[in-house]
Amino acid sequence: MSAISDIPQRDGIPLLRLALVGIISVALLFGSFFLYQIAQPIYGVILLTLATGFVIIFGLNQYYGARFIFPGIAAVLIFIAFPVVYTIYIGFTNYSSFNLLTYERTVEVLTSRGSVDPTTEQPFSVARDGEGYRIWLPEAGLLSDPVALDDIAEAALSPAGVPPDLLERREAVQLRTGLQALTLVTPDGTIIQNAGLRTFASVTPDYVQSGPNTLTRFDGTKLIADHTTGFFIDESGEQVPPGWRVNVGWANFERIFQSDGIRGPMVSIFVWTFVFAIASVVLTFAVGLALAVILQWPHLRFKAVYRILLILPYAVPAFISILVFKGLFNQNFGEINLILEALFGIRPNWFTDGNLARAMVLIVNTWLGYPYMMLLAMGFLQGVPEDHKKAAALEGASAVRVFFTITLPQIIPPFLPLLIASFAFNFNNMVLIFLLTRGLPDIPGTVIPAGETDILASFTYRLAFDNAGQQFGLAGAITLLIFLVVAAISYANFVAMRRAAQRRSGRAT
Amino acid sequence: MIVERPRDLLVKKILAHGFMLIFLALILFPFFMVLSISFREGNFSVGSIIPENPTLEHWYLAFGLDYTRPDGTVVEPPYPVMLWMWNSVKIGLIAGLGVLAIATISAYAFSRIRIKGKSAMLDGLFLIQMFPTTLALVAIYAIFDALGEVHPMLGLNSHVALILIYLSGVTLHIWTIKGYFDNIDTALDKAAAIDGATPWQTFRHIFLPLAVPIMSVVFVLAFIGFINDYPIASVLIRSEDQMTLAVGSRLYLNEFKYLWGDFAAAAILSGLPITVVFLIAQRYLVSGLSDGAVKG
Repeated sequence: MSAISDIPQRDGIPLLRLALVGIISVALLFGSFFLYQIAQPIYGVILLTLATGFVIIFGLNQYYGARFIFPGIAAVLIFIAFPVVYTIYIGFTNYSSFNLLTYERTVEVLTSRGSVDPTTEQPFSVARDGEGYRIWLPEAGLLSDPVALDDIAEAALSPAGVPPDLLERREAVQLRTGLQALTLVTPDGTIIQNAGLRTFASVTPDYVQSGPNTLTRFDGTKLIADHTTGFFIDESGEQVPPGWRVNVGWANFERIFQSDGIRGPMVSIFVWTFVFAIASVVLTFAVGLALAVILQWPHLRFKAVYRILLILPYAVPAFISILVFKGLFNQNFGEINLILEALFGIRPNWFTDGNLARAMVLIVNTWLGYPYMMLLAMGFLQGVPEDHKKAAALEGASAVRVFFTITLPQIIPPFLPLLIASFAFNFNNMVLIFLLTRGLPDIPGTVIPAGETDILASFTYRLAFDNAGQQFGLAGAITLLIFLVVAAISYANFVAMRRAAQRRSGRAT
Repeated sequence: MIVERPRDLLVKKILAHGFMLIFLALILFPFFMVLSISFREGNFSVGSIIPENPTLEHWYLAFGLDYTRPDGTVVEPPYPVMLWMWNSVKIGLIAGLGVLAIATISAYAFSRIRIKGKSAMLDGLFLIQMFPTTLALVAIYAIFDALGEVHPMLGLNSHVALILIYLSGVTLHIWTIKGYFDNIDTALDKAAAIDGATPWQTFRHIFLPLAVPIMSVVFVLAFIGFINDYPIASVLIRSEDQMTLAVGSRLYLNEFKYLWGDFAAAAILSGLPITVVFLIAQRYLVSGLSDGAVKG
């Protein structure tokens, strides 16, 4: 409490602030402890770090300035930096639909499996008993002690008459979660469990944990946990699913670079990603710039109308326009093919022919992207001094020549960072590929889903989320490769931007 | 260029307008088609640009109403478009406001407050900004899959999870607003400091009112960005009633259930408001884009 007097008066109401900081920190600490307790230590540590940072920055006055950027930096670190690092980590694991769980959960799943002994199967009913329930086994004439049926429980059975207030079958079915967690002990010591919607029976577990890394199967064979592959294996080396996540080192990368079924399509996708991104930038830039030049022509009327109509493709939400194109390009009942057939008698297979599909992707992306370039170009064109152009025209240069020797060299430098950003955007333009072609048509002869129009980002997405394999580990490894490319682009953009800024300030002084 | 003969000029004008009109006809063709399809009968039928038997069936269904055909059969809406729209708008508004608050406060600090390592942090933000969140989808899926065991609200298929991830989109907006703040005369905050205002008071009473225009632009930008997001929402959201418009719209053009007409009406209905908002905001937006990008 003595600390309060040290705080300068201009800082508003310190007591209230300290109380708030205290409450929020305690809440964060509690959350972090809770996460740690339910076996999520990584998230616990993140929350703990957040709490510590929060207390230091909002509690101590010398960090006054940092309070303003704390939320922004925290959001970036937690929601961008952490997922990026975590994705890279996943690239070094075998995380997939075969190795989905943690080791503890795998053991839990295996030991909870049991085989029903059909000779002991007998029907049951549930009887209400005050707040709780009793289980009535009519064949044996046994009645259980009252149980709440809301958690794992064990109850003894004893001989009794038919209890009153038996529940309907429908009501008993609603209690099945509680029933499944219930173990009953008969007077002679046999353990019986719920074996279906209608019966109880003695259930022998398939696996019993016999050591920290061993399970014993009901027939006596020993299973040993193999922490390099993430599976339990029996004596013959056979793997017993489900597996768990383990670190596999560079195995995913070896697969990418050594397996022909993966390397082949990867190279083709890699090349297409670059072709697609570069072609998109060049096409949108060329169309946008040409339109901007025409719109800039002083003798043209109705400029405002043209301008607003020309930017419409940019204004409509992309996911809608892409789907509209998907329908228009449809091979059988798409309007584009109907018109082409009426005019030229052709019906191109936009979605099944690889080259046509790629052409379609580029057409749609140019349609989507040229207005942005046009708007930017209109801004930059205004910065080109008019007297330079006049001087060149007086020297007898044609309009085209003036454009290429005077105008273009002057607008390229400020444009460069935006072009690089556009390249980076298209490099990862998953929405377009995903909604338009979904990467199809498939590249023939591959072991993984890989399409002719797939770019790296959509390919990764399909590996992870689109097929039964859910190969998160492999997807993570490929993402690391994408990160390297993006980092290079990002750095190039950074340098280009610095140069543009220097040029500007150089001109200004 | 300056000395033009009248006849040449006329030819050039005709050429320019002719080119513009042809280009516009090509560019706007999809819009006319969608409008026409939305009034056509059925989901496959082929017809002229002006439908022969215009019907409001697809529009009824898009608004979530049952439609009774002339022969008495009742058609029910295939998908809850209005609910998807509401989900999208709700998520966009909340995430947009969150991003706006974080970005404005951070931008003020980056522009005006002396903090150790500020320029390094700014450079870091710029580099990180190039890494789209969509690249970390695998990790995002794994994170929220695990957090779902803590509370379903934080797990997969929850709007809270989606909003949290969208908050990461602040980086670019911090740069845009910072560029705006950098252009405000420093005499203003010096005067405020002399009068005894704390940095927070300077921000609250001087910068915040001045920043309203750029804040509205950033908000619209962020809002539209979130509405348009497909990859993140498609990974996190699975059940039909939780879907956003971007994720749900795709269901219309399923190979096995191809609802071209219904899609057309739903697309116009949901796309129109966003388009109008964008057209109003675009003037400010472009100056923000080119300024923010070039300012160091």
